[in-house]
Formats: sequence, C-alpha cells, structure tokens
Amino acid sequence: MKIRLVVNGEAREADVWAGESLLTALRDTLELPGSKNACEQGECGSCSVLLDGDLVCACLVLAAQADGHEVTTVEGLRSEDGLHRVQQAFVEAGAVQCGFCTPGLVVATAALLERVPSPSDDVIREELSGNLCRCTGYAKIFDAVRLAASRA
Amino acid sequence: MEVITPRTLDEALRLKSERPDARPIAGGTDLLVELNFDRTRPETILNLAEVPELKGWVRENGSLRLGAGLTYTEAMAPELAELLPALAEASRTVGSPQIRNRGTIGGNLGTASPAGDAHPPLLVEDATVEIGSARGVRTLPLTEFFLGPKRNALAEDELVLAVRVDPGRQPQTFMKVGPRNAMVIAVCSLAVGIDRERGELRAAYGSAGPVPALVTAPLDAREDFPDLVAGASSPIDDVRGTAAYRRHALRVLTKRALDRVFV
Repeated sequence: MKIRLVVNGEAREADVWAGESLLTALRDTLELPGSKNACEQGECGSCSVLLDGDLVCACLVLAAQADGHEVTTVEGLRSEDGLHRVQQAFVEAGAVQCGFCTPGLVVATAALLERVPSPSDDVIREELSGNLCRCTGYAKIFDAVRLAASRA
Repeated sequence: MEVITPRTLDEALRLKSERPDARPIAGGTDLLVELNFDRTRPETILNLAEVPELKGWVRENGSLRLGAGLTYTEAMAPELAELLPALAEASRTVGSPQIRNRGTIGGNLGTASPAGDAHPPLLVEDATVEIGSARGVRTLPLTEFFLGPKRNALAEDELVLAVRVDPGRQPQTFMKVGPRNAMVIAVCSLAVGIDRERGELRAAYGSAGPVPALVTAPLDAREDFPDLVAGASSPIDDVRGTAAYRRHALRVLTKRALDRVFV
C-alpha cells in the first residue's frame, strides 16, 4: 500500500507492506538508516523518532499509521548550520561507544530538552529510561545531556 | 493483509461489523510486537488512530469519560492526574516515555492482559466500559469485562469506546513490583483506595490471577485487609515470579498502600 508522509520536513511517498513497521519503512524504503533496528519490541529505544513531535519507537508504529503524519528521524536533527546541539554534545562528551544506541538517545534527548530545557538528573534518568546502552556508557551520556542543556 | 483507516466512529463501527475478524490497532504497542515477531498475520488491521471520537477525555455531569484512545502520557498530565491519581501513578510505570506516548487505555482493555497497568486503578474507581458496535452502545462494569488471560467481554463486532469513572471520592494509590522502575511488566501490581461514602476499603490487583480483580472490605477492616487481598488473589508461578512471592508482595503492598492513603 502507498503512504504519504512528511519526513524530516520533506514530503515523501512509500510503498509499504500492510504489516510493516514505520522503522522498516524508514530504513528499507525511505533510505534513512539512522534509526536503528534492534529489539523490535519497544524495549531498547534505538529506533526512537518523533511522530508529530512525540517521541515514539518507530518499531511499534505501523507504517500505515504514519500516513498523513510528520516524522523526524536523527537525520533530520542536523541543520544547514551543522550538527544539532545534542549531537554536538554527544561528540564532545564522548557519549558514544559502539554507537548503536546513539541515534535513539540523541532523538530522545532532543525531545526531552524541547519540553524540559534544564532537566535534573532524576528527570534525565526517567525520560531516557526507554533507551538502553549495552556498553553501559550512561555516565558520559548524562554528561552529554547536561552539556547540551547548558547550551540552550 | 490490509490496513483500513476509518475517519469517524460510525465508519469504524460499520467496518468492524462488516469485518469482525479485523484486528483493532490504536497505539500499536501490543500488536506491532506480534507482527514484528511473526506471531500474527491478521487479514485486516483496523486502524483506530484517526477516529476523533475515541481521543482525549471529557467531564460529563460530574463523571469522566476517558476515550479509548487516551494515552498514558495524557493520563499523567496534571489535570487528569489530580482527578485520577492512581491511574496517573500506574501510567507512569508503563514502559518508557516512547511507550506511554503511544499506548492507550482502550488498548490496555482490549489486550486484557492480567498485568495491564491501567486495570487496577480503574477497578478501584468502579469504572464502567462503554462498548460500541453497529448495533448500538452498551456499558459494562469493568469487573465483568475481564474473562480470562487476554480474554474480554467484547463481541466480535464490538470496540471499546471509552471508560467512565466517577472520581473524586477516594484517596488512592498504585504500586507495582518489578525488577526495575522502567520497561517492566508487573510481577504484581496493586491499586488501593478508601471510599468513605460507601464506607469501603477497595483494592485491585494485577498479575496475581487470571484477571485483574477487585477486593473490598468495610473501612474498619484495615488490619485484616492485607491478608484479605493476598488471600483473594490466585497467582501462578511463571518467568516473572512465583505464586508465593506474589501473594507475599500483595500483602506487603496492601499494608504500605493503606499507610499511604490513610492520612
């Protein structure tokens, strides 16, 4: 089936299978592999994207449900001026080990700072609880979130 | 396989009666897991996410009508959290922010898992379920809605439209046991409220029997209530915990919850 949606500010069309997730459509059809595919059950957060501005797991959204809606992926955070301040903070804080969880964490952090510009550590912990880093690099990830927040 | 997306409630109900085998999808947090892991291949998926009548919540003559499409994030927002504090607490324990932005109260009821986090607080609130089909609308007490693990009272042409509650009568709280605070399916869960108008202690447990269930006692039975709740449960041993542990935890949680709500 055909779906029409706005991805990273651009009107796109995709031919998807009815039972396919938004994540599969983004990665395989729309050629946006930034959102990662890991658990496929909403446990790990590595596929986090914004759907109409809300943080969601792209693996748990039916591609057909994104028809007529707006999606922002990690690729869409970067502007012409360069990296998004969250991306830049992750680079500078060394908040990346294997890197697999990074796109999801960057999107989740960007969504968090949009709502809560200066989150406490407890709020960061709570709001990023759906994003797992199997390298357990959480200390540096927290540094990156605090650094990005300080640059609002 | 096909996805059909009604834009009005009438259209949704008509489609469900024409194709009773269509699997409803709202937030997708249950169905997508089944699809991703090849556990289900429904011929038709009925996408309810574009039906405006199912969204949000409204006050109606002192009652609240929570649309089936109400998300956990919406249930946690201050205005509703003040009216239904235990539901807000329970919503906060659901999955992660990503899951809470998608998962819905109606979906929780539709899936009818014994571990559904919204069920205990709604049972304590004496909720009724508004059920619709092309034949009309009926209401059912939530206590009669759950028939077994993942089985509910919906006929094949019916959809959950809303949950109705009459809030504001009772101090209440929700508690849940699990290995961590996020992304946890309850080992067991409990909502407790004090209904002074009826002179009742009310508790509802989850994950401690084939269906989430309500236990009530007179207000002066506070001392015995933890044993009463634990005794009313019928838990099993499974991957998340043993029956004995669940019973013990319910006893402890009930006592703690009573200490919290009796102020």
